[in-house]
Amino acid sequence: MPSINSIVRALSVILVVCSVWSMLTLAGPARRQMSQKPKAGTATRADGLTAWEQIYSVLTHPRCINCHTATNYPQQGDDRHRHFANVIRGPEGQGVAGLNCASCHQETNADSTGLPGGHHWHLAPLSMRWQDLNDQSSSSAAVCRAVTDRSKNHGLNGPGLLKHHEEEPLVLWAWNPGRRPDGTMRTPPPLTHAEFVAATRRWIKAGMPCPQENSTRR
Amino acid sequence: MATYELNVNGQRKQVNVDPSTPLLWVLREELKLTGTKYGCGISACGACTVHVDGIATRSCVVPVSLIGDRPIITIEGIGNDRVGRAVQDAWVEKDVVQCGYCQSGQIMSAVALLKTTSKPTDANIEDSMGGNICRCGTYIRIRKAIKSASVQLK
Repeated sequence: MPSINSIVRALSVILVVCSVWSMLTLAGPARRQMSQKPKAGTATRADGLTAWEQIYSVLTHPRCINCHTATNYPQQGDDRHRHFANVIRGPEGQGVAGLNCASCHQETNADSTGLPGGHHWHLAPLSMRWQDLNDQSSSSAAVCRAVTDRSKNHGLNGPGLLKHHEEEPLVLWAWNPGRRPDGTMRTPPPLTHAEFVAATRRWIKAGMPCPQENSTRR
Repeated sequence: MATYELNVNGQRKQVNVDPSTPLLWVLREELKLTGTKYGCGISACGACTVHVDGIATRSCVVPVSLIGDRPIITIEGIGNDRVGRAVQDAWVEKDVVQCGYCQSGQIMSAVALLKTTSKPTDANIEDSMGGNICRCGTYIRIRKAIKSASVQLK
């Protein structure tokens, strides 16, 4: 006759074997589920495209796009009308002698006279135009291509673009645009600067994906 | 009110004004340099043009607090400069002025142009002088005077 101890030992072994078998059996579907999840790269690209659309909403806001024209003049105002007083781009995007950007725009906003100002006030180069010749904003895909093309963006890679968005005085100006001549505040872009930088980080982390040209998003 | 030390036409000038006061009114009211004119007050006409650190500047929209130690040259001082003298002589030679109200600003912009472009084309002149408005329509004589000054400066 087996002793009670032998029976307990045998039951323990059976219990352990069953437990191990159960764990292995239950872990199988979990492993399958994990293997069925979208690839990390795909998910990150989708997140990157979402982040890009946030960035695009800022880049095409009047505070930014008014100086990213495709024409020989800057724009002004939320309606993005042509800059008054016959101001023109000039060979280096700083106007021309006698009518430079710096003829009015100083290092800081002049709220008492309604003049916006920032360090080295100038137009973006034509290679970074985000509009067409009819002053219509370029598509999201087109702006993304321009922003990521190092032959057009002064050779900026991801970290360079992030630094530009974080530190460039004229980028920062968009969130401190000062008062209009009538004393009211100029409207800032739709995201805060912190949100803009965070979106830029996510987009860069995702590999700076750009939407397809035929995307329904502009 | 605040006190500012300005370098105007090579001279140190001290003024005690509100920081938001446009440079134009400091020049005219505090320093009595009335050659610089008030036209539109919104930098649209160019009558108030002076040079700030060599840049033709619309003094009606630049608060005095933003000038710092940059040298200011007004129409009263531009004749001490070789290019400025040549432009003023050309203005007389071509009898540019009609009513004259805008002309100090016109001359200041013309000098800025000739200092960077010694032989300006018609297009250069139109671009650079496009922000200076003349209700008398002296534009043709202005163009001739600029070209004459350019020749004199060779």
